[in-house]
Amino acid sequence: MVSDMNIPTMNRRAAVDKLLAERDGALVVTGLGSPSYDVHIAGDTDANYYLWGAMGGAALVGLGIALAQPDKRVMVITGDGEQLMAFGGLATIAVAKPQNLDIIVLDNQHYGETGMQSSHTGQGIDLSKIAEACGFAKTDQLMELDEVNELCEALKEPAGGPRLFVLKVKAENLPRSLPPRDATYTKNRFRAHLGLPTC
Amino acid sequence: MTSTKTSSDPNSGRAAPNLTRDWPIATYNALKAANVRHMSFVPDAGHSTLIDCFIQDPDVITNVLTTEEEGIAIATGAWLGGIRSVVLMQSSGVGNCINMLSLPVQTRTPLLILVTMRGEWNEFNPWQMPMGQATQASLEAIGVRALRAETGKDVVETVEQAATMAYEADQQIAVLIGQRLLGKKQW
Repeated sequence: MVSDMNIPTMNRRAAVDKLLAERDGALVVTGLGSPSYDVHIAGDTDANYYLWGAMGGAALVGLGIALAQPDKRVMVITGDGEQLMAFGGLATIAVAKPQNLDIIVLDNQHYGETGMQSSHTGQGIDLSKIAEACGFAKTDQLMELDEVNELCEALKEPAGGPRLFVLKVKAENLPRSLPPRDATYTKNRFRAHLGLPTC
Repeated sequence: MTSTKTSSDPNSGRAAPNLTRDWPIATYNALKAANVRHMSFVPDAGHSTLIDCFIQDPDVITNVLTTEEEGIAIATGAWLGGIRSVVLMQSSGVGNCINMLSLPVQTRTPLLILVTMRGEWNEFNPWQMPMGQATQASLEAIGVRALRAETGKDVVETVEQAATMAYEADQQIAVLIGQRLLGKKQW
């Protein structure tokens, strides 16, 4: 029987608030579902790129941006289910060795959008250990909100390669905060933020 | 009387490129001329020369993928960050990409995929047949324009114009390189 000690209690929005308050110019890509709502409610900006679909794509979109913009830090904020769909993508990112890509997995161990079905991460799969085995420069699993303060400081240090941090968060469906669903609008304002032509 | 080239002929002394053989190099040159600076791939024998050209190019970033849809997401990110990407795959890989293609289609992000075909000409492996036969229909069903090329010259010209339509007209395009050109896989 699972003890209460093992049930995550971290508030995902408080954690995301801390990360974004200290983003320091980082470009942010979000995985579909709750991570997009969490980042949007923390404050919508042109430097955010929200996915509404393309499950498994968030970290790899982040990789593409990181390779194209080596002088900017890219932070992907996604969920356990979304990252599980890009299991192999962790290998691709590790081999690509970007020094400006951080992946934050908000891991509630469930598919929250579809009825809270249990995911692999609640059944023994630790994405931080997978990333470590792939060769990520730094990985960790955080259980408490206080640890996010240290993470924010650690993220400001130069990285020797991609980093991945799992934040074990409480499984709950919070009120939705919906980012723009017009994908070309989000694309164009993101590119404009980088000084790129919109078409 | 045998006709000979005169000294005024600009091609004098220079053999015309043999595109039946050298289309991969001419394709590489066309993509470089289109300012492609990123390439991702799942290896394929038909793409091997083109893959080598890009890997050896210090001005192009390359990513080897575990599955083809990763390349679709990376190419979308590369465009968001301001560089042009091309994705190389075999027809069997197109099936792996379908849902991820909703990303460039829905965001109207330029995408250029070069697909080497299997399962359509002199194919010995029955397992290549279903996806080879479904490649063009699958791409068109998800909203990607598929353009076929059957000869070396055709490949180069099609890639040249597809690059314009992709990167300048915001289209999502796959160039399907016919198996007849690639030849029977040698064992």
